[in-house]
Amino acid sequence: MDRIPILRIGPFLLVTIQVDMHDQLAMVLQDELTARIVRDSARGVLIDISSLDIVDSFIGRMLSNIAGMARVLDAETVVVGMQPSVAITLVELGLSLPGIRTALNVDRGMELLQKSLESEGATAGEQNG
Amino acid sequence: MRKTRLADIIEKYESSLLSDWVDIQTKALGRAGGRITDSALRDNSHDFVQALRLSLSTASTDDLQAPAWAGLRDILANLSRQRAVMGFSPAETATFVFSFKSALFKRLREAYPDDAETLAEETWLATDLLDRLGLFTTEVYQKSREDVIIRQQQEMLELSTPVVELWPGILALPLIGTLDSARTQVVMQNLLEALVAKSADLAIVDITGVPTVDTLVAQHLLKTVSAARLMGAECIISGIRPQIAQTIIHLGVDLAGVITKANLADAFRLALRKKSLVVTKA
Repeated sequence: MDRIPILRIGPFLLVTIQVDMHDQLAMVLQDELTARIVRDSARGVLIDISSLDIVDSFIGRMLSNIAGMARVLDAETVVVGMQPSVAITLVELGLSLPGIRTALNVDRGMELLQKSLESEGATAGEQNG
Repeated sequence: MRKTRLADIIEKYESSLLSDWVDIQTKALGRAGGRITDSALRDNSHDFVQALRLSLSTASTDDLQAPAWAGLRDILANLSRQRAVMGFSPAETATFVFSFKSALFKRLREAYPDDAETLAEETWLATDLLDRLGLFTTEVYQKSREDVIIRQQQEMLELSTPVVELWPGILALPLIGTLDSARTQVVMQNLLEALVAKSADLAIVDITGVPTVDTLVAQHLLKTVSAARLMGAECIISGIRPQIAQTIIHLGVDLAGVITKANLADAFRLALRKKSLVVTKA
């Protein structure tokens, strides 16, 4: 069975979705990802969907779910590399994925996570000091 | 089947018919005559008369779609297309065929001075035939004009959606003209593809050149902004004129969540600040 690899880069996890998603695969991904966030105490999750040509409401909901789960586990989710045609389709479908942060590519996504981690560290430092 | 002797009459009086007809046309065209040379007009007329005679001698006038009429149809279609491009009005184009009536009827009267019944019958056949040919020219004329309009629309579509890079990572999209669904689609696509190509994460959509903003246009703008956001880029809408600001509020369009600025300079300043860039005097 297909499995979606989860790579660790520093304090973040990188998930690259390259195959067609279906229920079973989404469940497995959610299981593994939440387990990895806890195990690696990851602070951020990057989901790269640059090789997906078709995104439907199902994947939209799955992305929202993952973002929600990660937030509960204190990790921020950034969806990166959405294709223009996919973005147009999602907007036409009325799915603007509220609550999900987005970035153009993995680099930008990483910067975004790094920045929010730093600002969090700064506020935490102020509170402690 | 109605058999007509029109072909014989045309053959018999061909040269005088032709010269009469060309005179009538020249007179009818008047000042518009400058657009076409006398020799071209004469050639056109000659071709038409030849083809008409040929078709009449081989086929009945009942069905103009029959293969026997193909030659004449081609001549008329070419003529209409040429004249549409040369800027003739539809009336002037159709006059080419209709003016043939008066020349032809004159010859008919000469051919049947005593036979009123045949004259009436032939006149009716001729007028029916020429009317249909005239309508055919108008149809082709209309069609070629529509082709011109469609081509111009496409050209405008291509011309009107440039995406320019103001700074590395900052794109601007100056919109000019009314936004409809088809154009928004092209605009959106161009902008999103440019965002990827230049790996820019800020885009300024300037609507100074958009004459009116109604709910539909606002909807299109919001869609573009959301699509850009999904790809991880931020959009600023600039160039909102006072009138348009009033319209947007009266229409109850919700632009919350979209950054709007009154002019492009303000939007650019904001974009630079977002990238932590400062412009200073040298």
